[in-house]
Amino acid sequence: MNALVGLLLVDLALLALAIAGAIRRNNALVYGGALALSTLGLALALTHFLGRAAPQTLVLPIGLPWLGAHFRLDALSAFFLALAHLGGAVASLYGLGYGRHEQEPGRVLPFYPAFLAGMSLVPLADDAYTFLVAWEFMSLSSWALVTAHHRSAENRNAGFVYLVMAAFGALMLLLAFGVLAGASGGYAFAAMRAHPPGAGVAALALALVVLGAGSKAGLAPLHVWLPLAHPAAPSHVSALMSGVMTKIAIYAFVRFAFDLLGAPDWRWSLPILLLGAATAALGVLSATMEVDLKRLLAFSTVENIGLIFLSLGLALAFKADDLSRAAALAFTAAMLHALNHMLFKSLLFFGAGAVLTATGARNLDRLGGLFDRMRWTSLAMLIGAAAIAGLPPLNGFVSEWLMLQAVLLGPAFPQWTLKLLALAMGAVVALVAALAAAAFARMFGIAFLGRPRSPEAASATDADPTMRYAMAGLAGACLLAGIFPGVLIDALKPLAEAAVGAAMPLQAKIPWTSIAPIAESRSSYNGLLVLIFFVASGSAAAFVIHRVASAAIRRAPAWDCGFPNADPATQYTAVSFAEPIRRVYGPFAFAARAEVDMPRPGEARPARITVHMSDRIWRGLYAPIGRAVAAVATWLNPLQFLTIRQYLSVVFGALLALLLLLAIRS
Amino acid sequence: MISDLAYQLLQMTLVIALAPGLTGLIRKVKARLTRRRGASVLQPYFDLARLARKEAIVADSATSYFRVAPYLIFASTWVAAALVPTFATGLMFSWSADLIAIVAILGFGRFALILAGMDVGTSFGGLGASREAMFATLAEPAMMTIVFCLALLAGSTQLSTIAEFMTTHDVGLRVTLGMALVALVMVAIAENGRIPADNPATHLELTMVHEAMILEYSGRHLALIELAAMLKLLLYVSIIGCVFAPWGLVAGEGRSLGVGLGVYLAKLAFAGVALGVFETSIAKMRVFRVPNFLGAALMLGLLGAMLLFVSRVLK
Repeated sequence: MNALVGLLLVDLALLALAIAGAIRRNNALVYGGALALSTLGLALALTHFLGRAAPQTLVLPIGLPWLGAHFRLDALSAFFLALAHLGGAVASLYGLGYGRHEQEPGRVLPFYPAFLAGMSLVPLADDAYTFLVAWEFMSLSSWALVTAHHRSAENRNAGFVYLVMAAFGALMLLLAFGVLAGASGGYAFAAMRAHPPGAGVAALALALVVLGAGSKAGLAPLHVWLPLAHPAAPSHVSALMSGVMTKIAIYAFVRFAFDLLGAPDWRWSLPILLLGAATAALGVLSATMEVDLKRLLAFSTVENIGLIFLSLGLALAFKADDLSRAAALAFTAAMLHALNHMLFKSLLFFGAGAVLTATGARNLDRLGGLFDRMRWTSLAMLIGAAAIAGLPPLNGFVSEWLMLQAVLLGPAFPQWTLKLLALAMGAVVALVAALAAAAFARMFGIAFLGRPRSPEAASATDADPTMRYAMAGLAGACLLAGIFPGVLIDALKPLAEAAVGAAMPLQAKIPWTSIAPIAESRSSYNGLLVLIFFVASGSAAAFVIHRVASAAIRRAPAWDCGFPNADPATQYTAVSFAEPIRRVYGPFAFAARAEVDMPRPGEARPARITVHMSDRIWRGLYAPIGRAVAAVATWLNPLQFLTIRQYLSVVFGALLALLLLLAIRS
Repeated sequence: MISDLAYQLLQMTLVIALAPGLTGLIRKVKARLTRRRGASVLQPYFDLARLARKEAIVADSATSYFRVAPYLIFASTWVAAALVPTFATGLMFSWSADLIAIVAILGFGRFALILAGMDVGTSFGGLGASREAMFATLAEPAMMTIVFCLALLAGSTQLSTIAEFMTTHDVGLRVTLGMALVALVMVAIAENGRIPADNPATHLELTMVHEAMILEYSGRHLALIELAAMLKLLLYVSIIGCVFAPWGLVAGEGRSLGVGLGVYLAKLAFAGVALGVFETSIAKMRVFRVPNFLGAALMLGLLGAMLLFVSRVLK
């Protein structure tokens, strides 16, 4: 059977599963079924992708009568489908355990398979109509999951903001398709490819796609919904939204920018690079300040999306300047980072879900000391945190390293702007990586180490077996992807060839599983050897010390410079840990200022410190828009209370005005 | 092949063997400059041996991570130190990590150390950890801009290749290199917790960063962390040495091993004396001055890399 038909049948079966979930709210049925179907979908997509099969197409007589529904499976869609189904499979495995703790299964079970189906349908679509239907299906089903716990006002607000932003994004994509199809109305992607748009139209379409796909991916300043909506959903859905749905948005951007829009202009890359850099920096700084565990992870998603866009911007610029090997490097780095981010962000959200079920707390300052109480979860989270912080020998480092290698090819740009911008991008990637390390050291240190800050944290126990397996599997994947990056780079070859017309040199030829993006004399990295060195030198040190010197251990109260305090509140908190970073970056990024109220000598009241931080984007962009909409609505409100005669005259007036307009135009 | 492996093993033992000596030398120089006789240069070796023989005291509130962390910190620092050319370039495993990866491996050690500082759940540990995290957010990008300067010049991020480029090519005096050197020294000072960024000899809560993180450690655990800190200092001196003073490096078959080792020891001695003199003649700065200090290093690195573009075009 043809892989495309198989993948469509998987989606259809997922929809059937959604209906079954609505009728029989059976946890094992829904998650078990989704796990089996996603695994099947993963196998189909991987077979097509790794087998480097020719693109397959299918036209079904559904949808718009004059258009039909076009489907196509090529390297790009197969890669993103494999990513989506992989994420779906592990999330379903996790859901088998996590779903049992769900308070409102009726609001999760029917929508979960529908969400999976929506996400895995988008990459298959080969015409504007099918694409938008799948896209909106994905948005709506995830919206239903975001508002699953609708009794909290915070979640309702998150759902509202998400719905508005999703509608905005879909509208932008609709307009982008309209611009591309032009007057002739060729809504099939094949027709768009056959007639590449002119420079002006392409630039307009690109701007619309950045707004449309960027709002779904979380590109600043359209990211505001993401840290609200992603944490509001149940944790395995948060993992899917952060790990997979943002990647589908990346897919949409790649499909447009590297495929449908034709040959790029180097100027296109400027907004992508700048937006990507701003997104990454803003996301990671917000993550460093955040005290809610799941919101912290959502902000870090914003950061990683920024890095992926930055790398895609570099790839676009290299492609426009015909530096195709450099373009392949930047593009491969972006795709590898998309895959890596799916792995470790899903892992981290799973861990957050395990912590949430064990303690009922998402606030970092209610956690602490979980390391020995939740051994599996903690170890998995430690690996995830180190991976996302870009530390070798894990996978996050490899993709960031490739990005930096692409940046170092910047002097090859013929344009001055790009040369200097590439350098600035390198500094941004380094800054973001360092801040991410701080953010995740803080996350792990506060939540899992130290003394428990609440009775719930003190009595936490580890997660259910299936949740553990899902986390352990992802942690293992993070390590494997970190020590065998060459295999992944080689596998991504057809992807880069399709997008930028070249690929990175074959890594399998290089001995010892090293990777060398350009040439071995220029730069190389070997994750496997670094891991072996780590293990060897660590065990050698342990062996020598325990043999030659002492192996005795004595437990005693903490020393703390002679003044230990038994109250766990004397520990550093998430807020106090972030204080030095806030003092350095806060005034610029968040208009942060601290007010210290110090009592005079002799006064008995306590000293107070109050920190004011404001979200500049929300205050400067969204709040005015919200106020304007509210003002217009108030102004138009009387329209609701007219008599029938007045309504009729309004309708007549509108008709007259439209006819006049038509008469003037033609 | 065998000789390559021997060189690599020699390098790995050499860095461990020399690191405490370098620290001892700096302490000796500082003592002499303040008109004290000071302990022997070998004192750090005795300290480490004594610490290793003692029993380790672990706080009641510490998790099991506390006992693993010293090995993580030591292993990562040692691996990084083993990959930097000290007396020879083109070591057997030097291609397994380029300069960016070496910086990231050190970042791994720092990540493990920050977590170790937060583990016992005391306010001092958190204080040191949070400050270290803040310094790192500036020191790492600063280091990366220095890497850009060197990589753009040498066309490679491999430390061995950069060192060979510096010896064999007519690099000349470049403004970029000067800026990169100053920036690298600043980063090295901050990364190693030396004066003026941090004071390795203090236990005053207002000034300590590194010491605050390891306050709860004792016995063999403390010995490992101390040795890792010494190794890190040696590593930075070696990086500066092999890039900015690349003379006498053993490359290939032609040079003699003795010259390489001798020159390397001379470089270390020079660096130790220079650091001792520098630390004696300057005051420790306030903690929230350090971001400015590191920000200056970052800007120097960026400016250096930018100048490279300008000069390349004007040439």
